[in-house]
Amino acid sequence: MNEPMIQVENLTFKYNRLKESNTLSSVSFSVDKGEWLSVIGNNGAGKSTLAALLIGLLKPQSGSIFVCGIPLNEETKWVIRRRAGIVFQNPDNQFIGATVQDDVAFGMENLNMPVEEMRRRVIEALKLVDLLNVREADPSRLSGGQKQRVAIAGVLALHPDLLILDEAFVMLDPRSRCDLLQTLKRLKAEQELTILSITHDMNEAAASDRILVLKNGYVTRSGSPAEIFSAEMDVEAPFGERLRRLLLSKKRRVPESYLTESEWIQWLCK
Amino acid sequence: MNKLILGRYFPGDSLIHQVDPRAKLIAGIAFIFISFMAKNGQGLILLWLFTFLVMSVTKIGFRAFFRGVRPLIWLILFTLFLQILFTAGGTIYFTWGPFKISEFGLINALFIFSRFVTIIFVTTAVTLTTKPMELTDGLNFLMRPLRFLHVPVDELSVMLSIALRFIPNLLDETQRIMDAQKARGAVFGEGSLFHQMKALVPIFLPLFSGSLNRGEELANVMDVRGYRSELPRSSFRQLNWGVKETICMLIMVLLIAAFAILDLVS
Repeated sequence: MNEPMIQVENLTFKYNRLKESNTLSSVSFSVDKGEWLSVIGNNGAGKSTLAALLIGLLKPQSGSIFVCGIPLNEETKWVIRRRAGIVFQNPDNQFIGATVQDDVAFGMENLNMPVEEMRRRVIEALKLVDLLNVREADPSRLSGGQKQRVAIAGVLALHPDLLILDEAFVMLDPRSRCDLLQTLKRLKAEQELTILSITHDMNEAAASDRILVLKNGYVTRSGSPAEIFSAEMDVEAPFGERLRRLLLSKKRRVPESYLTESEWIQWLCK
Repeated sequence: MNKLILGRYFPGDSLIHQVDPRAKLIAGIAFIFISFMAKNGQGLILLWLFTFLVMSVTKIGFRAFFRGVRPLIWLILFTLFLQILFTAGGTIYFTWGPFKISEFGLINALFIFSRFVTIIFVTTAVTLTTKPMELTDGLNFLMRPLRFLHVPVDELSVMLSIALRFIPNLLDETQRIMDAQKARGAVFGEGSLFHQMKALVPIFLPLFSGSLNRGEELANVMDVRGYRSELPRSSFRQLNWGVKETICMLIMVLLIAAFAILDLVS
């Protein structure tokens, strides 16, 4: 089949060369085209460092990163950034334009794109995140969720193959989180978008196809959400898994692995 | 909270609001020169008439314009007194030691006052009717020739627009820090000047470190979104020069002609 979207091999990185321990230690994994991978782990596990490495903001000590089959280095990082976008945690600090549409256009301006094409793509991208009605508004009038959606639109306008979310949902209220997750699921299906999300939120992780667990810079486990939630006892599991563990502790007969809420309903009504 | 600085701009849909910022900037600069062409009574009347015409076309209350004069009022008064007290010539009305109030002095003062105030009114009309971002775009265009002198015009305008964009954020943050300090018992705006200044230190330090962090994050975002100052960029905001702008320029040319004729006639 076609080559993986991201291929990471033996990636090692440390901020301070004098320090013994690495922030990331020989991390290897790959993400297929159209797959949604979540990276979870405690604070300081190296998740955000991984994101910064993948988009070329940091340089690894050793190991290699391939994005869309292109090896990432100083020369190719600009090519890769045309095909991969990233959304960071703080919505205020990534809003560059004076209005919503100016901000969405920023990346395209950098590519020296003609105005007609930019106008078309701005409208298209804002429709995807359902913000067309506020395109003239300035950032101070937007909610955190809306700003984050603008940031996503700014990435989508470039028609990327890969979207990296670096704890992009942390500052959002549960309602906006839920809305954005739905939007992302839809986009992934419609646009064949590959998503790599770095997160603490287990509901977000549960929405993905596969989960990678980082611990102190090492990949300790990788698998489907169902596998990870039933195997990793120290992750704050989503509702379905908590229910399963609770029933298990009460010595009830429970399903073998993690179930989503709708799966639970089916199982309970059997 | 963000009404402080961006409050210069008055949203509206008057004719002047719709004119391209480049035309407004050129007209504003032209007016500064024109105001020095008024050398006689008729010229002075024309200057004031034009100014009031511009002010009323903006459909903004005159109070906003007077606010533009206020910061400069002492400078204006100082210049006026110098003119009135130290210019000799014509009929002398009053003498006291080295000070004289003369006819010429009063006339000169009247001209200087008119120039000062009309220039402020007209330039205020430009800033009141133009969004800060449009002004940036207009300035960027007008400074383009400086590129040949290797002045980084585009970088400067990106910097200016980001600075403008972050003013409301910084104001919010200042407010938040002040509230946090107040909650811990800090008192602002009381005590001696020295005490008041000292009370500001715990505001500026967090504001400074916060801005540095913000700047770094913003730089990363610009970097990953492909901003490279060495490459040409296109612009999403388009300025267009149409009939209105040409008419605006023609009006300025006519004004210059009118002053030239008035000067010749007298």
